[in-house]
Amino acid sequence: MKPVAFDYARPATVAQALGMLAGNAGARVLAGGQTLGPMLNLRLAQPALLVDITRIPELAAASEDGDSVAIGATVTHAAIEDGRIPDPANGFLARVARGIAYRAVRTRGTIGGSLANADPAADWLACLSALGAEVVVTGADGSRRAPLAGFVLGAMATALAEDELLAAVRIPRLSRAARCGFHKICRKTGEFADAIGVAVVDPDRGVARLAASTATGAPMVIEAAELDRGVPPDAADIERRLVVAGLTGDAYDLRLRAVAVRRALLEAMAP
Amino acid sequence: MAGHIVDQGIGARLVRKEDDRYMRGRGQYVGDIKLPGMLEVAFLRSPLAHARIKSISIPPELRDRIFVAADLAGVLPIRADTTLPGFKSSTQPVLATGKVRHVGELVAMCIAPTRAEAEDLAAAIELDLEPLPVVADMLDGRKPGAPLVHEPWGDNLFLVSNVEADFEAAKAKAAYSVTRELRTSRQVMSPLEGRGVVAQWHSRLGQLVVHTSTQQPHIVRSGLAECLGVDEGQIRVVAPDVGGGFGYKGILCPEEVALSWATRKLGVPLKWIEDRRENLTANANCREHHYVLTAYADADGRLLALDCEATVDSGAYSAYPFSACLEAGQVGSILPGLYDFPHYRCRTYSVATNKPPILPYRGVARTGVCFALEVTLDALARKIGIEPSELRFKSLVRPEQMPFDNIAKRHFDSGDYPEALRRAIAAIGFDKIRERQQRSEPDGRRIGIGFGMYSEQAGHGTSVYAAWGIPFVPGHEPALARFTPDGGLELRIGAHSHGQGLETTLSQVAHSILGVPHDRIRLVHGDTAETPYSTGTWGSRCMIMAGGAVAAACDELAARVKKIGAGLLQAKPEEVRLEAGEVVGPSGRIAVADVARTWYRRPQDLPPDADPRGLEVSMGYKAKRDTGTFSYAAHAAVVAVDTETGELEILDYVVVEDGGTLVNPMIVDGQIWGGAAQGIGTALYEEMRFDAQAQPQGSTLSDYLLPGPTEVPEIRILHMETPSPYTRFGQKGIGEGGAIAPPAAITNAVNDALAGLGVELLVSPVTPRRIVEAISRVEVRRQAKADAA
Repeated sequence: MKPVAFDYARPATVAQALGMLAGNAGARVLAGGQTLGPMLNLRLAQPALLVDITRIPELAAASEDGDSVAIGATVTHAAIEDGRIPDPANGFLARVARGIAYRAVRTRGTIGGSLANADPAADWLACLSALGAEVVVTGADGSRRAPLAGFVLGAMATALAEDELLAAVRIPRLSRAARCGFHKICRKTGEFADAIGVAVVDPDRGVARLAASTATGAPMVIEAAELDRGVPPDAADIERRLVVAGLTGDAYDLRLRAVAVRRALLEAMAP
Repeated sequence: MAGHIVDQGIGARLVRKEDDRYMRGRGQYVGDIKLPGMLEVAFLRSPLAHARIKSISIPPELRDRIFVAADLAGVLPIRADTTLPGFKSSTQPVLATGKVRHVGELVAMCIAPTRAEAEDLAAAIELDLEPLPVVADMLDGRKPGAPLVHEPWGDNLFLVSNVEADFEAAKAKAAYSVTRELRTSRQVMSPLEGRGVVAQWHSRLGQLVVHTSTQQPHIVRSGLAECLGVDEGQIRVVAPDVGGGFGYKGILCPEEVALSWATRKLGVPLKWIEDRRENLTANANCREHHYVLTAYADADGRLLALDCEATVDSGAYSAYPFSACLEAGQVGSILPGLYDFPHYRCRTYSVATNKPPILPYRGVARTGVCFALEVTLDALARKIGIEPSELRFKSLVRPEQMPFDNIAKRHFDSGDYPEALRRAIAAIGFDKIRERQQRSEPDGRRIGIGFGMYSEQAGHGTSVYAAWGIPFVPGHEPALARFTPDGGLELRIGAHSHGQGLETTLSQVAHSILGVPHDRIRLVHGDTAETPYSTGTWGSRCMIMAGGAVAAACDELAARVKKIGAGLLQAKPEEVRLEAGEVVGPSGRIAVADVARTWYRRPQDLPPDADPRGLEVSMGYKAKRDTGTFSYAAHAAVVAVDTETGELEILDYVVVEDGGTLVNPMIVDGQIWGGAAQGIGTALYEEMRFDAQAQPQGSTLSDYLLPGPTEVPEIRILHMETPSPYTRFGQKGIGEGGAIAPPAAITNAVNDALAGLGVELLVSPVTPRRIVEAISRVEVRRQAKADAA
């Protein structure tokens, strides 16, 4: 299939982009296009205007302050994989980026596009939720920061208004002793995950957080304060706690997510 | 120079000639064709699986660019009947007429300068459908009172067929039996290039020229002539480079008929290129079988009998030319496998459902049958308490029995089946794996080993297909061979090469007879205007049939060349021989090319009694028996199963294959690797699920998983070479075999890994979810039993 005819614009500034979004009902933001491209071709998306934000310099950069790193929305997975931006999590972001789809996808796909698309099976959503990241949203009235957890409303649904832009994701810096684990279960190399488990253990900052991808939207994040005892809970225990926290799914889905979390935890705790 | 012939003739690992253009991206496919004034076609397809068409509303201003069934005056539906007793005929409308019978059925043809604009036209049509009850599953479709796909039939059975050989006597003798219910999922063939058609009416020639991505240009021509009501001489079908066939390019598509009609109506060339969504949701369906199979053994563990009820989901229509019954009709004859046993019964149902027609895919019914039989045999071995290989050794047809007529009256031409299994056992390191299983794996996974064996009938001809009575019956396979005036050799065949490497292997055949260097031999194929009639490329037949025909034509050319050469050498014909591309006489030698140059360019030098028929030969070929060759193989797989997640890794894979005389062993290896990769897809990944309304549940390759490079292990191939007594060089067809056994071998390995848990997988593909759920079911049963106690 081929897309329905659409207009295409490539603004040079955030202000221009916001103006285009506000002035055109049915406009959509195009970043890496790795999801939107196929949706256009399948005619599942039929926007009147595509606003390509990949040439806006301030969205393509990363900035650091003392306790966090803000990664611009159009930074590609490949840039993160290659270590071309500062990594607030001791190399964990590069490790996660390396497992996203294929290199061809990573060279175009962006971190902001992934979050704004909010596919529950996406790697960044689970990873960044466990890291306690915030999104930076820019609109006509300026910028606001929102925790990722509240930003994702459901599968492919976010709190982003039609005239707003996800400008960056802000990730708290981990201490040097922090340990992370990421375990993805998927049918074949490059496929979307059937389950993702993430573990972030940073005793210096009092962080012991586990996250599981869901089928319905935001990842399930649970605190695991007892991890400093050094004994990982078993999968059945993790599954119970995920369910108590609200995770839903059939027996296989629940099992897979619990196993993914446990294996992520084992990776984080490995000597 | 004699060595030169051996080095580059039959048996040489010659680099494929065609790869020069393929590997440089210089192949030319239907999609590459651009003709002046050409318009593009998109189809409106049915969104429902079964519905009555109440109305198709087309905006008046678009009426001259959109066509529906009522516009196609004089076009007949596609009809692929068989003469098998009891067969019920379906007619497949080119554009839906009255009702739609599967999702994706063509409803309207939309024509515009670009595909995107043509799709805009399709979106402007209002289709009013009245939903009808749906037959979404073959077993439901068999039940009395099921909704009817074709009302006049009174049921949904294309065909019921029976094979029986003294079955009742088996039960009294049986010491062991197991019954298993097995299923193979519906799959979609996924060649890199989908279907594609460019149709153009030439008013000067009064001829329709159709470029189409097909394995069977001559059969497409016959089918088009039947549907359009024109002479075959008015139709030229060209198959340019074809990006994978696998059976999907061995059918007549309604799209081909629709474009052929419309180009003449509109007077402009038309193009339709199938996209992946059409391929997945509407077109390339295959492989969906269901079995209830009982295997009986005597007290010594020898196979006594098989009793099977098989059902094939044939989809809505009988596809042209192989019909709706190719799969189910073959089940009864394939099921006995490589085994010798005395009692047999098999009943098969070809069921019409509201799904796209089932099409033959590499291995055709054999992949499903091999899965059902070999998985059930392993279950029988476990019940008896012997190794699955031991069960097989007791019952495999032995080499001294060859040629062997089996219980289903199939004539196995040659081979040593037990030796193939012995070699597979040795190569896979069976004893070491059994030892390793005694220890637990450091990562907690379970290891299993499994085997799958099959034979592949190939090059079967007139007698076999006459009994089916489908729209074509292969007879003598023709080939044309001629020298060009400068001494080059031109071969023309009516089959098509699209990955088989025929441009190379047929050159090897000609080279081994005439000694012409390979760079002076050209193969012309894929064009009804330039090649002799052939039923095309299917059934692993080309190396036998086209190879035999090219050899026959080259033999005759050799005789004529020798006669002229003898005259030129002033020798008697019986005094000369052909050697390394030269006619060699008692007192001198002359190159074959010079003989050709003399015939064409210097006829004044020819001997006065030179054969007036010249250096152009057309010959037909049939094998000594037309029941086919039976190449065979033993596949062995070692897998590791993660019982927590159901993830599976293939640790090792061995294929021991006997393809008779191998014309080019390197190409054979490629065929086996490619086939096995597809077999791994069948075993582990590929599955088009349908919901209760027969809506396909995948429309992209992220929903329909194919194995990729990291999912296909290194596959080790060992060759045996038992020449067929019936073919020209002893060659056997091997094109499909790789795709047949992987589901059986891999599933047996999984079941071996999980045997300690009492778990068996009986549905392909074996997915992580199916593994975990099978383990859970057994755990729940065990817990219930414990609770009760």
